[in-house]
Amino acid sequence: MSYHNPPTKPRLSATFDEYTMSEIRRAAATGIYDIRGGGAKRKLPHFDDLLFLGASISRYPLEGYREKCGTNVVLGSRYAKKPIELKIPITIAGMSFGSLSGPAKEALGRGATIAGTSTTTGDGGMTEEERGHSETLVYQYLPSRYGMNPQDLRRCDAIEIVVGQGAKPGGGGMLLGQKISDRVAEMRTLPKGIDQRSASRHPDWTGPDDLEIKILELREITNWEKPIYVKVGGARPYYDTALAVKAGADVVVLDGMQGGTAATQEVFIEHVGMPTLACIRPAVQALQDLGMHRKVQLIVSGGIRNGADVAKALALGADAVSIGTAALIAIGENDPRWAAEYEALHTTAAAYDDWHEGKDPAGITTQDPELMKRVDPITAGRRLANYLKVMALEAQTIARACGKNHVHNLEPEDLCALTIEASAMAQVPLAGTSWIPGKGGY
Amino acid sequence: MPTFDLAVTPLRDLNQALHDVASGDNDLQFDVVNPRGHHAVAAGVHAPVSIDIHGSVGYYCGGMNEEAVITVHGSAGPGVAENMMSGRITIKGDASQYAGATGCGGLLVIEGNASSRCGISMKGIDIVVRGNIGHMSAFMAQAGNLVVLGDAGDALGDSLYEARIFVRGKVESLGADCIEKEMRAEHIELLSALLAKAGITDARPEEFSRYGSSRKLYNFNVDNADAY
Repeated sequence: MSYHNPPTKPRLSATFDEYTMSEIRRAAATGIYDIRGGGAKRKLPHFDDLLFLGASISRYPLEGYREKCGTNVVLGSRYAKKPIELKIPITIAGMSFGSLSGPAKEALGRGATIAGTSTTTGDGGMTEEERGHSETLVYQYLPSRYGMNPQDLRRCDAIEIVVGQGAKPGGGGMLLGQKISDRVAEMRTLPKGIDQRSASRHPDWTGPDDLEIKILELREITNWEKPIYVKVGGARPYYDTALAVKAGADVVVLDGMQGGTAATQEVFIEHVGMPTLACIRPAVQALQDLGMHRKVQLIVSGGIRNGADVAKALALGADAVSIGTAALIAIGENDPRWAAEYEALHTTAAAYDDWHEGKDPAGITTQDPELMKRVDPITAGRRLANYLKVMALEAQTIARACGKNHVHNLEPEDLCALTIEASAMAQVPLAGTSWIPGKGGY
Repeated sequence: MPTFDLAVTPLRDLNQALHDVASGDNDLQFDVVNPRGHHAVAAGVHAPVSIDIHGSVGYYCGGMNEEAVITVHGSAGPGVAENMMSGRITIKGDASQYAGATGCGGLLVIEGNASSRCGISMKGIDIVVRGNIGHMSAFMAQAGNLVVLGDAGDALGDSLYEARIFVRGKVESLGADCIEKEMRAEHIELLSALLAKAGITDARPEEFSRYGSSRKLYNFNVDNADAY
């Protein structure tokens, strides 16, 4: 009598899933870690795990299309002689010329200007395209100091000292040789075609006491006119925020692990840092403990996608948000119109993240002269402006529904959480309860 | 000749006056007394003025200098002449860490010793140190010249790019990708000019050794990972 064992369905391992196995094979074949762009792709507690409660008998709403709901924000009011005022609390995050093409940078400047907000330089210095097309331009002061010069410091509208970023708190950067065109090389004072390393810490200061002196120096150089931001990755948001305030920052920029990068190790992106949602309340708490909430502004970034995300970040205490990946998508990154070309690169339109290789079919994360022609800065800028407008409208819609006449009046009490994790991180009650883990309730 | 006494005058007043110097102004010589370790003294100057600082300064003296000739008659704290673009800064005493960090141009002369990370990430500045320099000097230095009449500490020129290093004394150790290179006629000529510019007459270029990048780490190769 023969034994018959009926076949079962092939069972894939949750631990060794298809991606994991492909990564093991890739590592075995190459002997080098994987580098990519973007932010964390894994599922994380995020703004989707929060809901607004809206108005009810105890809270009455504002009329959707009739009653005013402000969206403006002033940044840098603590010390700067010339704080900046934006029409919307959504800024464009720092992205370098070098990692992005010139037309892409121009598009970001154009879109931000139409929408009444700021854009930000990146590692590699300030280009004429972005200065010329950005009404409000934030100049990043980075560890590499590529392209850093006092003339550009004087012609920017704010200075952002970058301590870290959410994709890689504690990590530097790498712009691979294939993206180093003549122009990029000249701006960075390095030979064409070599891999350009961006240091992980500043060359002339370490620690918060030095940072205070560095901020003093930048203020003296610019005659105390420019707002000075300090950008940190989402690592120890309470202490980093407190120390940035102590060092004299006008604005703290806090970037969670969903925030993108031009290029770093996959293992860094996915395994270092904290989700954006987990960063906001500790940072706000630090500001409140120091009596500086709303005096030192907090900009939150990392995975902001729509007006609901904006409203939720503001409700948790941020003054503004910043977008990078979403802005690139708005101007055409990973667009399905280039699907065939993405497939030729062994990926898909939506998953493409080898931005460091300089082969971006969308012409955005490249220095290839032919590919970058695909970005029309005027059209792409208009698309970004439209997108920013939609986000602002969505945030206003939610704020009005919560009875607020300014998006900054949103508050944690307007929110509930769908998961215990989100409840604990955002410190708002689990939906249907008054329970906040670690805070009490039922 | 305006004189600023930082014992009684705010730093802001000094720097604003220096920044306000305009083309055609007659007052191009400034004296600063009682600097008392103030930070950011004469930072961000962008005019062909001459500034004599009588005493020691704190961090970032002459930061981002353009065109000015600054002399510190004392010692300088960390980051003197950081990101200097042009002009000349002379330190009569010693300099602390990060002297000339990320400097893009101009000449920094340190008549005493310089501490660690001298010339870190330098991008075109020339630095001449009469004494010794500390560890990790010229780390990731991209362009320019670092001339040391004394000795150099550990890991000189680690991850060096295209900057040139000339050391007369001994080098404790070389950093990753930094090697000793032949002193050819063009380097003797270059060094001779740098020494003359720095006002040094008691050292001959032939006494120096030249160090530069072996350029093996310019493009990442996993087989070089142990070098980092």
